[in-house]
Amino acid sequence: MVHLTDAEKALVSGLWGKVNADAVGAEALGRLMVVYPWTQRFFEHFGDLSSASAVMSNAQVKAHGKKVIHSFADGLKHLDNLKGTFSSLSELHCDKLHVDPENFRLLGNMIIIVLSHDLGKDFTPSAQAAFQKVVAGVANALAHKYH
Amino acid sequence: MSLLKNERAIIMSMWDKMASQAEAIGTETLERLFSSYPQTKTYFPHFDLHHGSQQLRAHGSKILAAVGDAVKNIDNLASAMTKLSELHAYILRVDPVNFKLLSHCLLVTLAARFPAEFTPEVHEAWDKFLSILSSVLTEKYR
Repeated sequence: MVHLTDAEKALVSGLWGKVNADAVGAEALGRLMVVYPWTQRFFEHFGDLSSASAVMSNAQVKAHGKKVIHSFADGLKHLDNLKGTFSSLSELHCDKLHVDPENFRLLGNMIIIVLSHDLGKDFTPSAQAAFQKVVAGVANALAHKYH
Repeated sequence: MSLLKNERAIIMSMWDKMASQAEAIGTETLERLFSSYPQTKTYFPHFDLHHGSQQLRAHGSKILAAVGDAVKNIDNLASAMTKLSELHAYILRVDPVNFKLLSHCLLVTLAARFPAEFTPEVHEAWDKFLSILSSVLTEKYR
């Protein structure tokens, strides 16, 4: 369960409204694969990931980043029930995709860095703290059904 | 893990841009650390941690100066950072998990302050550098 104060909830939705979610998703997934190249293990079928520019301009990376961020955005609307919201995605990531939950934490931190990059000064320490709670909650929810 | 030639160049070039804002960057990094990870405050019971406090600014400066020293000695980190390594191992004994948290907050600060320069390549090089620096600082823990 994430516990955000009303002020934190307002910070999160206010700032989320200012960014282009699709672009955030693409950038976060791209940076994940550039900064932590071993995460490419899940995406060998994506084609050319041989350099930072190849990754960042890869159409499949962008499409998948968009998909991922849409789920994340859904989570933002259900902060009081993240485990329920991500229940079937959790099963999928365990049973079919076999993704180590550590990757959810890495991606969450990439989302934070991309938000900081996009929002600059507006991404204050308090804003970051609120979003860190959110990404931690989403990561835990996605790991919840693992067995 | 060791730095590639091009990564070294990227790191030094980014540092040149950071150097003039070292105190501000260091202070902001710490503020982010204490806000997002309140448990890190347990290492600073003797500090005034309010925004803008003199202690926070001094400590932020100190940390960034050490990062700068590491950049200047990027080819021989282990020997250059011996004193700091011993300080962290025997006196400060900050749990190793906290180096990752501090590094993350520094990267968030760089992303906010240097949007044009903080490309994926620069991000990768600095994440790797901070990871190596953290290993050096925890090398003597046991």
